[in-house]
Amino acid sequence: MKIKRFWKILTYTLLIGYGLVTLYPFLWAVMASFKPYSEIIGGGLSLLPKAPTLENFSYIFTRDPLFPRWILNSFIIATSGTILNIIFNSMAGYALARLSFPGRKQMFLIILAVIMVPAQILLIPNYLIMKSIGILDTYNALILPGAINFGYIFMMRQFFVNFPKEVEEAAQMDGLSRTQTFFRIVFPMAQASIATQGVFVFLGLWNEFMKPLLYITSPEKYTLTLGLQSFQTQNATQWNYIMAASVVSIIPILILYIVLNKYFMKGVRIGGDK
Amino acid sequence: MNPNKSKRKAKEAAQGISFMLPTIIIMTVFTLIPIIYALFLSLNKVSLVGESSYQFVGLKNYTNAFQDERVWIALKNTVRYVIIVVPCQTILALLMASLLNSGIKFQNTFRTIFFLPTLTSSSALTMIFMFLFSLTGPVNNILVDFGILSEPINFINETQFALGTIMVMNIWSTVPFFMTIYLAGLQDIPKTMYEAAQVDGANAWKRLTRITVPQIAPITNYVLLMGIIGCFQLFDQAYIISGGSGGPNNATLTLSLIIYQYAFKSFDTMGYASAIAILLTIIIFVVSMLARKLNKEDVNEDGGAAS
Repeated sequence: MKIKRFWKILTYTLLIGYGLVTLYPFLWAVMASFKPYSEIIGGGLSLLPKAPTLENFSYIFTRDPLFPRWILNSFIIATSGTILNIIFNSMAGYALARLSFPGRKQMFLIILAVIMVPAQILLIPNYLIMKSIGILDTYNALILPGAINFGYIFMMRQFFVNFPKEVEEAAQMDGLSRTQTFFRIVFPMAQASIATQGVFVFLGLWNEFMKPLLYITSPEKYTLTLGLQSFQTQNATQWNYIMAASVVSIIPILILYIVLNKYFMKGVRIGGDK
Repeated sequence: MNPNKSKRKAKEAAQGISFMLPTIIIMTVFTLIPIIYALFLSLNKVSLVGESSYQFVGLKNYTNAFQDERVWIALKNTVRYVIIVVPCQTILALLMASLLNSGIKFQNTFRTIFFLPTLTSSSALTMIFMFLFSLTGPVNNILVDFGILSEPINFINETQFALGTIMVMNIWSTVPFFMTIYLAGLQDIPKTMYEAAQVDGANAWKRLTRITVPQIAPITNYVLLMGIIGCFQLFDQAYIISGGSGGPNNATLTLSLIIYQYAFKSFDTMGYASAIAILLTIIIFVVSMLARKLNKEDVNEDGGAAS
């Protein structure tokens, strides 16, 4: 009995300890976002701000010339990218699972193969392709190449393979065309899979750093992740603004996480099932 | 054949292709053509000044890469990074998942907290860590206060510590994701297996090595693969910490970073950068295959658990 109790205490201690290690950097960043610059670099271990101020937030939102614009850019790119992904991945997954057309098998094999292609090999050629079709330094440079995701096409295919045929047949009896059936009947029933991919695609686009760095050059088109870096000036790093901006960049994702928690967990599960 | 039926078939084929069309176009333009294009670039000297020009140089970019001291440094840093980070994150993730799965209360609360780093951009996380590890940051304060250090260390600007700082940060930020994957797997193992083992007198260690580890082998496979692929591609943190230079003294120069530098920060070396990118792709591919193979063999010994 005593041993069991010992293990239990040890387990909780480890979990709480690890929880603190996880939380500390976030807590620190949130607290620092309310501290003036001098207090942040002054050192000391106190988490709580001695003289709490909203000055950092007010600066980045009202006096920084571009910060509000970066938020908007990130929103536009992540939202439109997510919508396109949901539509295109589902359509492709459905076609691969349900419609017979010439080349279906080959198409499926190609998609399985390109899932494994690392980003590095595509970066330089994509830069040159975007340059020649004239979408470099536009939102499209980030939206178009990421408008489909091979992993989620595969996931949608698996979903539609197991989707009951009777439902579609009934809809067709009622006089709906195949396209109508897809968008009105099948699509709504695939809600859970769609929400899962939507959440992860949005997260990926919102947090992307390397692609904006390579493909976007005008500061007014920066995404939030790229914009954060510009608070690092030649002379000093403006920690107070960086922390306020970092906190702001996490908030939308945090809200998404709280509202759609179950889909996050589902996405992880799908990842693990492979 | 019934003409009606063949008409329906043609219609379905047209529909199938039209449903695939967005995927086909985007995949062709931004994935398939680029793969071939990358191979082509790697065999050329590429100049983008004025009119783009390509001058065929054969395998020269590849042979140059083998003689480039900075490429060797980048490879050494990247390999060291993979060798240390992948096992640490895998073991820690499994350990934390087992603790979470041991029938404790507040499992969901812990899980929600642990997942936070997964949600946050590498950009924001790296900035936060840069401060935590800076001269006046909390890490130095704690180490000095407890007398572990006599004076603060500039972790990010010192050759021997810079890469280590990124390692710590990366382990910290990837463990929660892999832990959640492991947790899902652990919850799928039937409880009766453990009960039966307990009846047979198997102790905790035996249950772990004979039931848990083999049962979750496919997940370990996945975690190792994702870990290896992710670590070989390390870019964001190394770029942000060094401002793109790979410094101090090349300590944070990774293969991805050197590809970026040659492609976008110096003239006429885009072909050379493509050759290094292809070498990196080959390395990732070979190492992933090896890891897969080694782990499969482990599984087959006990049978059953292979995916």
